[in-house]
Amino acid sequence: MSPKKRRRLYFAIALVVAGAGGGALVLAALKDNVLYFYSPSDIITKHVPAGVNFRVGGLVQKGSLTHGAGADVRFVVTDGRKTVPVEYDGALPDLFREGQGVVAMGALASDGTFRASEVLAKHDERYMPPEVVDALKRSGRWKEGGPGS
Amino acid sequence: MTGEIGQLALSLALALAIMQAGAGLFGARANGARAAAIASSSALGLFVFVALAFGALIFAFLKSDFSILDVAQNSHTAKPLLYKFTGAWGNHEGSMLLWVFVLSVYSAFIAIAQRGGERLTSAALGVQGLLAVAFLLFIIFTSNPFLRLDPPPFEGAGLNPLLQDPGLAFHPPMLYIGYVGLSAAFAYAAAALITRKADGEWARAARPFMLAAWIALTLGITLGSWWAYYVLGWGGFWFWDPVENAALMPWLIATALLHSALATERTGAFRTWTLLLSILGFSLSLIGTFLVRSGVLTSVHAFANDPERGFFILIMLALAIGGALTLFGWRAPQIGEGSAFQPVSRETALLLNNLLLTVAAAIVFLGTLYPLALDALTGQKISVGAPYFAITFAPVFVALLILVPFGPRLGWRRGDLKSALRTLAPALGAAAVVAVAIFAIVAPHSLSGALAFALATWLIGASAIDLFRRNRERALNWGGAASALAHAGLGITLIGIAGTTIWRSEATDVLSPGKSLPLAGYELRLRDVVNVQGPNYFATRAYVDAMRNGRVVATLTPEKRLYPAEGQAATNTAIRTTGFSDLYVALGDERGHGRWVIRAYINPLAPFIWFGGGLMALGGLGSLFSRLRLRTVRTAAYAAAE
Repeated sequence: MSPKKRRRLYFAIALVVAGAGGGALVLAALKDNVLYFYSPSDIITKHVPAGVNFRVGGLVQKGSLTHGAGADVRFVVTDGRKTVPVEYDGALPDLFREGQGVVAMGALASDGTFRASEVLAKHDERYMPPEVVDALKRSGRWKEGGPGS
Repeated sequence: MTGEIGQLALSLALALAIMQAGAGLFGARANGARAAAIASSSALGLFVFVALAFGALIFAFLKSDFSILDVAQNSHTAKPLLYKFTGAWGNHEGSMLLWVFVLSVYSAFIAIAQRGGERLTSAALGVQGLLAVAFLLFIIFTSNPFLRLDPPPFEGAGLNPLLQDPGLAFHPPMLYIGYVGLSAAFAYAAAALITRKADGEWARAARPFMLAAWIALTLGITLGSWWAYYVLGWGGFWFWDPVENAALMPWLIATALLHSALATERTGAFRTWTLLLSILGFSLSLIGTFLVRSGVLTSVHAFANDPERGFFILIMLALAIGGALTLFGWRAPQIGEGSAFQPVSRETALLLNNLLLTVAAAIVFLGTLYPLALDALTGQKISVGAPYFAITFAPVFVALLILVPFGPRLGWRRGDLKSALRTLAPALGAAAVVAVAIFAIVAPHSLSGALAFALATWLIGASAIDLFRRNRERALNWGGAASALAHAGLGITLIGIAGTTIWRSEATDVLSPGKSLPLAGYELRLRDVVNVQGPNYFATRAYVDAMRNGRVVATLTPEKRLYPAEGQAATNTAIRTTGFSDLYVALGDERGHGRWVIRAYINPLAPFIWFGGGLMALGGLGSLFSRLRLRTVRTAAYAAAE
């Protein structure tokens, strides 16, 4: 084999090995680390099991926010049809308000409470998380020019 | 008046860009000297008129001229002067004008430097001209910053407070110098294909531009990460957010490009691959611009959710990438082979470097675009979180970092692995000692910690040895010093990342004034919470005394700010750094009866992350300087010979 051809062969082998290795790693990681977004209605219709991480979004139900002794809070997320109670221990974002949009990341506990590890709210008065808009549209509670638009 | 001047300048700039594109491409032919000269002067003219338009916009922002829609929507009289100035590009229209301005600066440099001969320069200017035409059309038809508003409002709507920050004020220009700098590499690569001269010459001509782009991208990403660290209040420095990834992908490809172009200009190896990387690098810049600016992603960066604009950018993307790849597919098979090299050689090291960096970029690309593709195809909304990137990105980078020190110690064409290993043995030994020490004593049973610190020691040690050996062999030049510096910077950033990841301590609690919170040897006492008024915001400021052994060692003042003009809020964290470790305090929400959530972190070694980034950029500067110096020396030598 000429040196040129040998060089090409090495290159091709390295490319295939790296490609296959990288591809396997990537696909395995993607499969396990994708976070789905569900609205409170989705949680019920799709029978989301406890312990699986996902994101939930909707509006914070008015009058539902209660503080615990420490930094823990409880509130209820609603899409207008169904609700889910949320527990969170930590600081709430700057524009977290009752009646406004919110997205929480975490998993359901066995009692049906959503244990959030992270809570995100919109970052200005005009902006609404797009997933929340989508969830409200699907539950028929979205009015153009309504809250947040 | 300002608006009309800007409008006129933009129109004239478009005419000059068309001229630059036509004359440039025409001048690439064998007898096109006249057209080439026209292309060069058009490029200078383009720069003048785009600068005039950009200057007019900045002037309108400084004067708070609310008769211009863009100013009215994005500025406010109460805003501090600095943010009036930087607010000119803190919005969609202005940022696109900045994009074209940077492009015109690069075109002017290409025209003045005339690197690689008249035909290559002319073709490169032609390609840059085409890009300028596309972006100017985009600005004039979908994003005109000089649209009038009649009657002008009394007051403007203000600027997103997250953008009112010294760290972020200069992050966009930096990133754009990087993004658009890759257009110069792209233009030279296309020019090499057009003029059918794809040997090392074009790579030599394009190298300063590649370096400038890489330095700016490195600094831009470092600034952005630092900003996220102290503004977002989560104590983290990188979130694998799509907009961060949009900058990381071009950086990875630009890094690969710098290394493969080195081989191309030196021995003519990888000439086809280097061409392809140049096209890929700028394509990712365009994709990044599209992702960030079209409103596909919702973030601080997405100024406008206008489908028409997104569509326009998508068309440009398809034309630029499709056109370049077609040209590549047509002409690349005619490119000759470079000189051969042995399996153990600097070329092989660079080849592996390129392979791993490209794989890393592909991993980020997949993780960033998969959720968008899935949403478009099935409507299913998902997000790909940090764990995906940690699992896939880390192994590839570990492999890369193990290999980095070998490159500079191997000869071109044929290297000696044994001798390289002998030279690097002290660094290898030091890395082993560090690994054992970390694993046994400092952070017991942290395998990833031991690995990270061993790798960092390996990188920094090998760079020191490289410098030392080159100096002893009297072979130390700017280029060698630059690569040692950049590689050591990589090691220092790694120390910062590993340190904060392994040893971070975190505490969150609700405190009323007088109460305190323990955190890793500190006692953080909330002294008081007061309301203060800034130039254009109201702030709630907490005074937090950091105490050690009952003595107050520092007072930190984290704030929450409300910007009434914009109706937005922002968090200002307080960070006290020793240079080796950060004490980081953020003020959370109020929980009734004067009780506040306080969140605090100790981030050991965090400053190293940005220090390392700066060092990498410095390495790039050294390399750029070596090029410019080399050229002057050569010119002087030719002059002396004649």
